[in-house]
Amino acid sequence: MKIWDPLYECMPRADLEQLQLERLQATLNRVHKSVTCYRRKFDEAGIVPEDIRSLDDLSKLPFTTKEDLRLNYPYGMFAVPLREVVRIHSSSGTTGKPTVVGYTKNDIRTWSNLVARFMTAAGVTRDDVVQIAFGYGMFTGAFGLHYGSETIGASVIPMSAGNTEKQIMIMQDYKTTTLVSTPSYALTIASRMEQMGVDPKSLSLRVGLFGSEPWSEAMRKEIEGRLFINATDNYGLSEIIGPGVAGECEYKCGMHLFEDAFIPEIIDPDTGEVLPRGSVGELVLTTLTKEAFPMIRYRTRDITSLNYEQCECGRTMVRMKKTMGRSDDMLIIKGVNVFPSQIEEILFAIEGCEPHYQLVLEREGDTDVLEVRIEVTENIFFDEMKKQKAFVEKVEKRLHSVLGVSAMVKLVEPSTLPRHEGKAVRVIDNRRR
Amino acid sequence: MLRVKNINTYYGQVHALKNISLHLNEGEIVTLIGANGAGKTTILNSLSGITPPRDGEILFEGRPVAGLSPDCIVDMGISQVPEGRQVFKDFSVEDNLELGAYLRYRKREKKSVIRKDIEDVFELFPQLSGRRNQMAGTLSGGEQQMLAIGRALMARPKVLLLDEPSMGLAPLVVQEIFRVITDLRDQRSTAVLLVEQNARAALKIADRGYVLETGKVMLEENAYDLLENKDVQRAYLGRDKKEIWER
Repeated sequence: MKIWDPLYECMPRADLEQLQLERLQATLNRVHKSVTCYRRKFDEAGIVPEDIRSLDDLSKLPFTTKEDLRLNYPYGMFAVPLREVVRIHSSSGTTGKPTVVGYTKNDIRTWSNLVARFMTAAGVTRDDVVQIAFGYGMFTGAFGLHYGSETIGASVIPMSAGNTEKQIMIMQDYKTTTLVSTPSYALTIASRMEQMGVDPKSLSLRVGLFGSEPWSEAMRKEIEGRLFINATDNYGLSEIIGPGVAGECEYKCGMHLFEDAFIPEIIDPDTGEVLPRGSVGELVLTTLTKEAFPMIRYRTRDITSLNYEQCECGRTMVRMKKTMGRSDDMLIIKGVNVFPSQIEEILFAIEGCEPHYQLVLEREGDTDVLEVRIEVTENIFFDEMKKQKAFVEKVEKRLHSVLGVSAMVKLVEPSTLPRHEGKAVRVIDNRRR
Repeated sequence: MLRVKNINTYYGQVHALKNISLHLNEGEIVTLIGANGAGKTTILNSLSGITPPRDGEILFEGRPVAGLSPDCIVDMGISQVPEGRQVFKDFSVEDNLELGAYLRYRKREKKSVIRKDIEDVFELFPQLSGRRNQMAGTLSGGEQQMLAIGRALMARPKVLLLDEPSMGLAPLVVQEIFRVITDLRDQRSTAVLLVEQNARAALKIADRGYVLETGKVMLEENAYDLLENKDVQRAYLGRDKKEIWER
C-alpha cells in the first residue's frame, strides 16, 4: 500500500532522532520567548531551553495539563499573535470553560498532511469519495479528515453528523467509498440499513476511518462484518493538533505515531515518572512543528503503550496501542467528552440539590444513553408530581446545553445510591462489550 | 551526511552559538536565515574549523569533525566559500583554481585529473573560461564570486558552505550563481549550506531552512513553509511592512 510521505514516515531512526532533537530545541526556544506560561514553568523548574541537549533531557521539563489551558483561557498559550492565526477550535473543558486551540496557515497545511498520511495508510486514494459524518463546528475531527482527504485529492462529502437516512441515501447515490465517523455511528448506520432493507454489499463503501471515541477489536469485527468494509483506527486530540497524531497501517497492529511532528512519552500517571519502553501508562505528547499552539509534555490522560519494533509496512514510526482507558474520569459519550465534575457543577448550581448522584451509561442498540440518578433530599422532596417533573426537566435541559449530549434524569429515594467508604460510586459504565 | 548536535561557539567571552543542532543531507540545499549577528557565519566557521566550537558534536559521514584543523576538514569533504569572495587578486584565474586543489596536489593526485576538474569549473562558469589567464583582481564582483565557488569546488567537496554569495551583486548575476548552486545539488548531489541576506531568493532554491535568533535555532522547517511563515516574512522577507508600520 502507498505511503504518503515516505521521506519522513520511513526515516531511519537515527535521522529521526536528530530531527526530533533539532525541532524540540527550536520549539523550546520559541515557547520560552513567546509564551509566558511556559517561561514561568521553566523558571519555576530552574530550566532554560539550553539545558535540553538530548531527547532524554525532555523528562526534565514540567508537564502541561488541561488545567494550564483553562488558566490561560482563551489565548494565553498561543505562541504567535492572533493576527497570524487563521483558525480557532475548541474542545469541552472539565469545568465550564472550553479549551481553545489555534492554527496558523502552516499549521493547517501540516495538519492536512498528517491526516493524509493515516488516510493513505488506511488505503484512501485520490479516486475515493469520502463521506464525513463527524459534526463540523468547534470539534477538530471533521475538519482534519476533510483537509486530509482534499490533500490526497479524494472527493469530500461534508455530510456532518446525524440524519442517518440521508447519510445512507447519499452513500447510495454519490457512491461513497469511504466513511468517516465514530465507530458507534457506523453501527447505527448499519442497523438503519438493515431496517431500510439496504444491502451494504450493493454500496461502493470499502474503507472506514473511525475515531474520537475508544472502541474494541470486537467492535471492529462487527463493523467490518455488517458494512463489508475495512475498518481502521486513528488517534488525535485537539490540544495537540486534532486527528493526525497516529493512525493504523494495513497491518492493523497499532497506530503509527508521527514522530517527526510529536514526541511521545509514557508516564506513570500517579508519579509522573517516565516508564521504560513498552510499559503501559499515560501518553504524554510534545509537539515539534506547531507554530500557533505548541504543547510541551501535554498529559493526554489516555492510557496506552508504545511499540518501537519495526513494522512490516516499512514505516519506522513507533506504534501506539488502542487507548485502554483514561487516567482521569473523563467519559466519552457519543464522541463528546464529558467529565463527571461538569455534571456535579450543574447539580450544585441548581438550587436545592446536593450532589449525591450517579451516572449510568448504557448502550441501547448502537447509541450511548446517559442516565443521571439523583438522590432526593429534603430540599427537593416534592409532594407534587408536577413540581418533581418540572425539576427533572430543568436539570435535563441544563445538562444538555452544557454537555452537548442529552441525559435522562431520574430521582431516587434518599440513601439508595451505593457508597464505598462514604464516597458515592459516581459512574457505572455498562457500555463495554 | 552532516550532523551537528549542541555546539557552543564563543568569541572570547561572547557566547555566539548556543546549543545549535542541525543536519544536512546529501543533495540538499539548506539555508540559514537570521538577522545580523544571529550566528549564521559563525555556524559556517564552526563547521569549517575556523572558529572551532567549544563543545558539542559535529559528525560528517559518521566521523567526528569538531577539533580537527581546517585543512583536515577540507580534506574530509567540507569546503567553505568565504564572505566577500576573498580570491587571490594578484593570481590568475587558473592559479586560483589550482590553489583550490592544493591538498590534492600535496597528496600527489594525478595532474591530469586536476586539470579535468579545472575544465569542469570553466564549463560550470563559461564566463570565467575566457579570462583564465587574467588576474583575479581585474574580474567583476560576480566573476570573483564564481571564481571563489570554483576554487572551493576544486577540493571536490561533498558539502559546500556558502557565505553570502549574492552580496553586492547585480540581480542577473545572482540568478546565475543560484542556478549553479541548484545544478551542484541536482547534478553532483553536493550538499549546500547557504547563508544569505537575500532570504527570499535563498528559500526559493533551498529544500529546508533554519531560522536563527541570537545564536539559537528558533525554527526548522521546509523552505516552502518558511516562505509562508508570517514571522519569517515580517522579519526577513520584507513583506507586511506596510501593514505593520502604518497601523
